[in-house]
Amino acid sequence: MRVAVIGVGMTRFGKHPEKSLVDLFAEAFWEALNDANIELKDIEAVYFGNFVGELTDGSANLSGFVADEIGLKNAPAIRYEGACASSTVAFREAVRAVKAGYHKCVVVGGAEKLLSAGTAIGTRALATAVDGIYEMTAGLTFPGVFALAARYYGKKYEIPLQKLREMIAYVSVKNHRYGAMNPKAQFYGKYGDLKVEDVLNSKMICSPLTLLDCCPMTDGGSAVIIANEKFAKDVCDKPVYVLGTGQASGGSLFRQEDDIIKAIPRKKAAEMAFKEAKITPKDVDFVEVHDCFTIAEIIALEAMGFFDYGTACYATAEGVTSMDGDLPVNPDGGLIGKGHPVGATGTSQIYTAVKQIRGEFKWNQVKNARIAMTDTLGGDFGTLVNVILGVD
Amino acid sequence: MFLEFFKSLQEGKLIGMKCKDCGSYTCPPKQSCNKCSSRNLEKVTMSGRGIVKTYTVTYVAPMGYEKEVPYIVALVELEEGPWIIGRLDVEAKIAEDNDLTEKRVSVFAKEMPGEIFYPLKDKRIVPYFRLEG
Ligand SMILES: [Zn+2]
Repeated sequence: MRVAVIGVGMTRFGKHPEKSLVDLFAEAFWEALNDANIELKDIEAVYFGNFVGELTDGSANLSGFVADEIGLKNAPAIRYEGACASSTVAFREAVRAVKAGYHKCVVVGGAEKLLSAGTAIGTRALATAVDGIYEMTAGLTFPGVFALAARYYGKKYEIPLQKLREMIAYVSVKNHRYGAMNPKAQFYGKYGDLKVEDVLNSKMICSPLTLLDCCPMTDGGSAVIIANEKFAKDVCDKPVYVLGTGQASGGSLFRQEDDIIKAIPRKKAAEMAFKEAKITPKDVDFVEVHDCFTIAEIIALEAMGFFDYGTACYATAEGVTSMDGDLPVNPDGGLIGKGHPVGATGTSQIYTAVKQIRGEFKWNQVKNARIAMTDTLGGDFGTLVNVILGVD
Repeated sequence: MFLEFFKSLQEGKLIGMKCKDCGSYTCPPKQSCNKCSSRNLEKVTMSGRGIVKTYTVTYVAPMGYEKEVPYIVALVELEEGPWIIGRLDVEAKIAEDNDLTEKRVSVFAKEMPGEIFYPLKDKRIVPYFRLEG
């Protein structure tokens, strides 16, 4: 039996110092529950994604508190940690549990508070996703990971560094344009008319990447409710089906050697998802990819099979990935424009995919969106999860 | 094995594992071959020489590393094949104004302050790369 998403919710992404991680998840959950039009008692388990609650809020074992907060007393509740892919890992595990018949209906979501933690703690917390010994002793940060990849991308594909910086800046321009239109985005109403020069001239973080090549630190929560096909059809007019999922892993960045710009785990995860969905990249109407940095969106689109290696930067600069291009990418603003509350990011991509497929993403609707693919990356290609969603 | 790796590096020796099945090298050591996953490995001393494949000048550091900026993180391909991570021992301005990729380097150890989350609490041993000729 197939599995469907029947309700979605997310908080406004941004700064929420007055809300706990539990509060952020709960806020997203109430929206999802209302959207699904079911009763609390229909939900049998909680799948919760969170990356660094220990470091930002002094809380690790959050799943029980999350379940208790929303009134699901004593329900099985599990926290999933896969760095920035935490809630997509949770989503895939939940889909498999429902598909296997263990559950009829469950909630999956996540929460994170990085902006309220401040830059120093936030950067250190994010860096816990790199190799904790060999990469950490060198002081490798996440902007650093993608800065290493960007410079190597230019060398490998014989693109002068300055020319590459200009082409990847289009990712930031595009995603900020869409983020500025999205009322749930951290940068709603801001940076909508960003120029390539603004990206190039903003503060250097890890050369060649500037502040505007990077996604922001964000607080936020998201939640989606999934159910088996029978229950979904009973309660929902327009279930959005999970057509395929894929997941793969990778080790330390330096051990990936020449493949650091090929994201092999992502290639394997995407192939797994396409195979299960019995479709190819050209069947996908739009994608939500993990644009933690501008170059990250380029690498993602190539590894997933939408463009040949070394070419997505040209396609992006030409507008192929914009709303009126052949393959709209990140219509909600992506991590760069919408924000990146790590543990909540994955299910917020599912939120966008479902809203788009239902035709409810009115501030930036993809025309005739029937099949969407999401892509979430945890660490330096350590955890990769792809999900394909669609309607009949 | 990371303690032995760092201790050897301080003594001027870069250690790695040579695979008796496929002949490739894994460095720093891992319990399985990075190429073929075999556990049939022997500990060897590597040349410590290689070429810079990519690097980044880091201006914003995590908590505990702030005093070290700007620092240059680099990936180096060793003569024996594996890529290792460390820092380039050059001024940030030189790394920004020049393309240092494909430059020949040799590795040595520098002792840096530890931080609360690092597995070694009192100090970190950082592989540094010195430009050759
Ligand atoms: Zn081998």
